[in-house]
This record gives sequence, structure tokens and C-alpha cells, in this order.
Amino acid sequence: MSAPLTTPVDAPLAARRVPAKTFWGRALRHRSFVLGGSLSLLVLASALLSLVWTPWSPYEIDIASKLRPPSAAHWLGTDSFGRDIVSLLLAGARATIMVGVIAVSIGLSFGVTLGLIASARRGWTEEIIMRFSDFTFAFPAVLSAIMLAAVVGPGMVTSIVAIGIFQIPTLTRLTRGSANAIWAREFVLAARAAGKGAFRITIEHVLPNILSILIVQVTIQFALAILAEAALSYLGLGTQPPQPSWGRMLNDAQTLLFQSPMLAVYPGAAIAIAVLGLNLLGDGLRDLLDPRLARER
Amino acid sequence: MGEQRVMPLIEVENLGVRLNTSRGPAQAVRGVSFALKRGETLGLVGESGCGKSVTAMSLMGLLPDSAVVSGSIKLDGNELARLPDADYCRLRGNRISMIFQEPMTALNPMHTIGHQVAEPLRRHKKHSAAQARKEAIALLDRVGLPDPARRVDAYPHQFSGGQRQRITIAMALACEPDLLIADEPTTALDVTIQGQILDLIADLVEERGMSMILISHDLGVIAENVQRMMVMYGGTVVESGPTDEVFRRMGHPYTQGLFRARPKLGARKGTRLKTISGTVPELADLAAGCTFSDRCPLVIDQCRAALPPMVDVGPGHVVRCIRTDVSMAENVGALSA
Repeated sequence: MSAPLTTPVDAPLAARRVPAKTFWGRALRHRSFVLGGSLSLLVLASALLSLVWTPWSPYEIDIASKLRPPSAAHWLGTDSFGRDIVSLLLAGARATIMVGVIAVSIGLSFGVTLGLIASARRGWTEEIIMRFSDFTFAFPAVLSAIMLAAVVGPGMVTSIVAIGIFQIPTLTRLTRGSANAIWAREFVLAARAAGKGAFRITIEHVLPNILSILIVQVTIQFALAILAEAALSYLGLGTQPPQPSWGRMLNDAQTLLFQSPMLAVYPGAAIAIAVLGLNLLGDGLRDLLDPRLARER
Repeated sequence: MGEQRVMPLIEVENLGVRLNTSRGPAQAVRGVSFALKRGETLGLVGESGCGKSVTAMSLMGLLPDSAVVSGSIKLDGNELARLPDADYCRLRGNRISMIFQEPMTALNPMHTIGHQVAEPLRRHKKHSAAQARKEAIALLDRVGLPDPARRVDAYPHQFSGGQRQRITIAMALACEPDLLIADEPTTALDVTIQGQILDLIADLVEERGMSMILISHDLGVIAENVQRMMVMYGGTVVESGPTDEVFRRMGHPYTQGLFRARPKLGARKGTRLKTISGTVPELADLAAGCTFSDRCPLVIDQCRAALPPMVDVGPGHVVRCIRTDVSMAENVGALSA
């Protein structure tokens, strides 16, 4: 793979180092990154696939063929309304990812902005932003969703907004904490000595240096959003029927837990795969994006 | 100090800085005054925590927000103390520049060095990207970075400590500032590199007619690089004068102590380094009187009563001590060269 090696002692060292130079070279060697990435891709692929094709329509009710066991026609069987489980799972991935993406985007845009402002301005601005974030932090997503649902009614938008708001304080705190560490670095002082204002320093020096931390956190936040979405749908506050969702599937399966326990296992496994995949991906990214850890590897 | 009546570039009058520390307010700088004409160089010497860097930072307007600045700092007659930050931003990196102690951390690891050197040019001189890049390469060449045209797109971690300090110097000089503040520019470097960097700074200062304030705790560095020097202790200037004069006739017991504490070549084996007994006072609980009184071998009751005035001991040479008659008669540290 590289120039001929002069001594055998160099061989393992060089073999380890040369491909480790590129990000992908290291990434494909990282077990939890590969596993997490594959699982996340599987969920994403299911969601994309459901846009163009599902074995049956996830909305098609066929009471005559309800609660069928797995067969050639219905690979995982049917639920209590005779809907095809595979189709429901595929379409459910769509709802999950959509809620996750939008909610995390809300959390990111507000959280990162507030965190950067707090860190750049310090003083009273920081104090107010952080106390506000503590206040928001005190309300779990489920509680804010219940409050929102009471005001505007339950639905996908309600759960997206509630989960999004729930994401803000975590990201604000993380951003502010990491940004403060960057502000204390000497190159920021040098940048100030070069006449740069707080805004420029934030964009050019602070943000790029905390980006890797944020990327890792986003995967974790995404997993949390998926869990929250499932919980809210399960409680009937999120995605509404007939819109398929993993949380709703769990809810529907609950009353039939003793007749057809597998109905609860499928959506449960789907949620577990999505969350596990994102967590492993986050772990992998954290190792790969941290230059210190990369060198030790 | 009569010869400074010609319009000075920078004039500091009775500068005071109070910092809010975790241990309460600390008067980090008290009554510092000096003036510097264009092309003049000034050295600031003293131990850690004596107020050297705080003085420098107040000139740059980079003190923490909680710091309280009193007195006056004038650049070409314009008041800088309490200037709004937006206005200060236009001066920093443009008319006043700074070189920092740690070249390893003073560069942003995420940007190429070319970008970082070109940045002040684009910002203050409104150069185009191509123009700024060309200028950056010329600057990197001037500070002695080998093969600048090729290395301009390299990242800071690809350079050694000495090279990085050359790069930060190029950054500081990009806009041809009137005043360069070098805060311990060689402390973090190998001894072999130190001389080269100091020579480079000296050459550039002379070539561009800049004024320079060089901060160091190293008397040797000060002796060779500046025309005038100020010795600071406990936030006050204890001695100030032309460098040769101060080294020849050092008047303050603290200056003498610093000089004796310096390691000497050719000293007999086993000779212990002289120290100044005691420790630097906590700035948070400074007593009235001379800041050095607790460690001074010549202390008398009167020293503790009030801060001693500056005493004239020679042309432009002042000492904040009421016992110069004794200290300067007993002076054993006087230099021969």
C-alpha cells in the first residue's frame, strides 16, 4: 500500500499509520462507527423506501385478515386492523425521522445561537440566557407536549415543537460550555488583538472549533428525539392515526399484549435499532473527530 | 523627563487597573506613567504578577469587562482608556499590535497560516483576497519562514515553535502598526531560537520605525533590546530610566535583587543562586507604603507609612525609593559592561 519498507520493525507501525491518515480510512476501521452507521442508514433507507414503495398500503384496513401470523403475503403478519406490519414499520420510520430532523434542527438553531451569544457577551446576557435555559430544562418533552396539546391540540406539529424546545437547553449549555473554553484560548486573544470583534471571532474561531462536539451531540439528540416521539405517539399526543408511527403501533399492541405479543416487539425493536444505531454512531464520531483519541488509537 | 515633550506616540498617565478576582478586588496596576515617541523602545521587567501583562492588556483594551481602568492612555493625543470596544477594534492589529508568549496556542488550529496572516490586511486595509495573500507571502518571507509561497496554505501544527512565533510576528506586523507590544515573545522558545526571534523583532522595529514595548522577566533580553526600561513590582513602577543607566547605577533594592538573582556564567561550582527572600505580595491585600517593604533589606518604618515618591537619580532615571542614598552607595550589582 506504500513504498517498500526498509526494516521489519517499521512494518506494523507504517501499516497502522498510512491508512489512518484519512478520516474514512480510520472510520471504516472503527467498529461502533460502522455498526452505528449501518443501523442508522437502515432506518434512513426504510424511511426513503416507504416514500416510493411499501408492500401494502399502511392505511389499508382489512378486518377480515386481522392478526395474521407471518406469511408470504404479510412477512411479519398483520395488526388488529389487518394492516401489514412491514408497511407500517417502513412508513413509521418516515414519521420518526421527520420529527427527529425537524426537532433537532429547531434545537440546533436556537440552542447553538443562544449558546454562542451567551459565550460571546458574558455578563448579564449570559446569565439571562442560562437561567432561561435552566427554566426550559426543568420541563421534560412529555410535559411540554401535554401542555402544548392542551392549548393547540395533539398532533405531529405539537410533538415536533415540544421535542424541539426540549432540545434547546441541552444544546445551549453544551455550546456555551465548549465555546467558553475556546474563548479562553490564546488564539482568540490573538484574534482580538488583531482587531476582530466578537461576532467575527465567534464565526471564524469559536464555531469551527466546537463543530465536532456539536456533530457528536446531534446524533445523541436525534436518538433522544426518536425516543420522545415514540413516547408522545404512544401517549396519543404525537403522530395521530391513521398516520403510521412506531409509538402508535406500540399503543395499539398494548391491548393485545397477551394474544399477539409480537405486535409490540416489532415497533419496539425498530425504536431500539434506531436509537442504538445513533448512539453507536455518536460514540464512533466522538472518537474519530477527537484528534487526541485518534492519535492514541 | 524633559525630552519627551515632543508629541509622544503613546502617553500613559497615572494608569490604574483594578481587577475583580475571586479573592476580591485587586489593584493590579497603580500609578503607571510613561511616554513613548515613535521609534522608541521600552522594556517592562518584573516577576510574575507584578502588573506587566495587565499594563500591556490595558494598552490593547483587552482587559476583562470587570476590570476598572483609571488614568489616561493617549495614542497620538487621542484618549484610549474607556474607548468603546467597536472603536478599539479598529486600532487593534492596525495601529497597535501584540505578539504573545505562547506561539503554540496563539494560532487557530483550524485555519491556514496564510489565512491568519492575511486576515488583518483584509480587515483593516480592505485588501482583496488575492492582494492579501500576496502580501501575506511577502510578510512570511520577511520574517524568515522558509519557502513561504508553498507553505502559506499549511496549518499551524505543521510548524515548529520558532516558526510559529515568526508567523505570529508576521500577523502582528501585517498592517504596519505604530506600536508593537511583545509580551514575553521568547519565553516559550528554545534558547537557541530566542536570539534569532529577538533579532528579527529588533530589525523589524528599526526597519519600520515602530515603537515597541517589550515585556520580559529576563534582564538579559531587556538589556540588549530596548532603549529605556521600567522595573515593575506589586503593580507599581519602582525604577525607570535609560536601559544603560539603570543597569549601571540600579537604584532600587528590588532591581538590585533581580540582578543578583540572575544566573551567571563562570560562577564557581556549587555557588547558590541569590534569591529575594519572601514572595510577591498578593495584590488583593496590599498594605499602604512601599510594595517591596516586606522583602526589602533596607526597610525602615518610614517605608511602610506611604508609597514612596519617584526620586530623580540621574538624567531620565527615577527610582521609587526613599533610601537611594544607601541603596546606591551599597550597590554591589553594578554592571561593568
